[in-house]
Amino acid sequence: MSDLLQMLDMPFFRRALAAAALIGFTNGFVSGFVLLRRSSLTLSALSHTLLPGIVVVVLITGVLNQAGAFTGALLASLIVGIASITVTRYTRLPQSTAIAIFYTAAVALGVILIPYAHTSQNLEQWLFGTIQTMGDTDLKVFFGIACFTLMSSTLFMRPLLLTLFEPNVAAVQGVNVRRMNYLLYTLMIFALMASFQAVGPILSIGLLVAPGAIISLFTNNTKWLFWGGGIIGCVAAVLAVIISIPLNIPTGPAIVLVLGTLFLLAYISVTSRKFHSNTSS
Amino acid sequence: MKHLIILQEGAEMSNCKHVHTEGQTHQLLVNNLEVAYRTDTVLKDINLSAHCGSSLALVGPNGAGKSTLLKSIAGLIKPKKGEITWAGEDNMKCRGGEFAYLPQNEKVNWDFPITVQGVVEMGRYSQLGAWGKFTKKDDLAIQRALDLMEMNGELAQRQISELSGGQKQRAFIARAIAQEAHVLLLDEPFTGLDREHTANLSRLLRKLTKESRLVIASHHDINTLTDTFDQILLLNRIVIAMGECRDTLTEENLNLTFKNTSHV
Repeated sequence: MSDLLQMLDMPFFRRALAAAALIGFTNGFVSGFVLLRRSSLTLSALSHTLLPGIVVVVLITGVLNQAGAFTGALLASLIVGIASITVTRYTRLPQSTAIAIFYTAAVALGVILIPYAHTSQNLEQWLFGTIQTMGDTDLKVFFGIACFTLMSSTLFMRPLLLTLFEPNVAAVQGVNVRRMNYLLYTLMIFALMASFQAVGPILSIGLLVAPGAIISLFTNNTKWLFWGGGIIGCVAAVLAVIISIPLNIPTGPAIVLVLGTLFLLAYISVTSRKFHSNTSS
Repeated sequence: MKHLIILQEGAEMSNCKHVHTEGQTHQLLVNNLEVAYRTDTVLKDINLSAHCGSSLALVGPNGAGKSTLLKSIAGLIKPKKGEITWAGEDNMKCRGGEFAYLPQNEKVNWDFPITVQGVVEMGRYSQLGAWGKFTKKDDLAIQRALDLMEMNGELAQRQISELSGGQKQRAFIARAIAQEAHVLLLDEPFTGLDREHTANLSRLLRKLTKESRLVIASHHDINTLTDTFDQILLLNRIVIAMGECRDTLTEENLNLTFKNTSHV
């Protein structure tokens, strides 16, 4: 306990804790939308395309910084997303197939280009997160993303839920389904962008899926899905920072591992409760 | 049927944009409608008119375009040609409470963490808007819809994936009723219902018609048509016949509708 208090005196640790809380909450909150939209696989594909995006930016600019990584990652995910939508619109291929082809091709390109990027050490940090090196600007960005997520989803919660449940009925009820879909994509991409600095692009999908999945095992109330997901994401990320820094293990993988453990415990708790109620009745 | 008595005439129409007043009827007009999915023409030369206070059954074989016609009226599909108007206004502009739409169930996310009551509450969102608070009136409308479809009590608190096929259908009809819309567009509303609930729904649709609503539904069972609907539209990509059930359900019309696979 005294070690923890000592660490709290260090600015980098306080910043890491604040970043973990903000990123964990944002991703946990948005994970409710990911779950309801059943788009875990699509987002997993998009998160992998962040890698080639970052590599290409390093190749072009010769440096690896936050702005460059953000831009590269955003452009790569947009290109893959739009390409898959275009293919789906003009062929009979389902979007999941189109996106699988594009994202694996993009990752393959990224892997081929890595040796030419000449920043392999930094790149490794970017791949698995760098939450310990967060600056004040990073925190402001995460705070902005968290505020936008909370405000927009609270303001448009009803039309968003109608759209996610049955888009045709939502449209007849007067919801602009297309705009709500754009808002959902924006929320998911922002959450993904926030999480890739904490846990890296490869693992970011874990932070964006697990909290909602955990809470959904316990509730039939959509409000709880979002707020509960946010709380679980926040607690898990903070816990992982507290555990990982003193033990000198990478924080990004620690966050995803804590969430994986929580999911396993939740699953065991729910199934054993069902088993007991079945045997007693 | 005691549940039907709960519905008070006229009380539910106040949320509609085109409020029905005595002696005034609103008309749905479909003029020369043509709908195509890419190069495949699904509906052609569709003309029909129906007014509030009546019910219309869409009858035809699979692929006849019944669901497409309902979606077109609901404003979900932009027609290739022609126009659809409700009370003189383009149907695409009649959103937010004028139409209630019951889709076929296959596209619904049944894993959604929501109870039956939550589903029916969603029917009120078009009246409440994005931020409006639930009032006593909304609670009454929700309770009434649950009562009418016999989905109250323990059933109302069940997660939707825990329902049988017929119960799911009843939950969705309850949602459409809670919306208190002027026009009800129902795609196969009797699917999955047992005999008792089929009879109940038939009575309910008649009651809704008497309350000056327009009910349009795709339907398969020719034997129960006359019990529920005033008019029938025989469809197989084009209109084969339309009129009162007794006059329209002739052997010749049925042969024309069901024996030829496509008239386009």
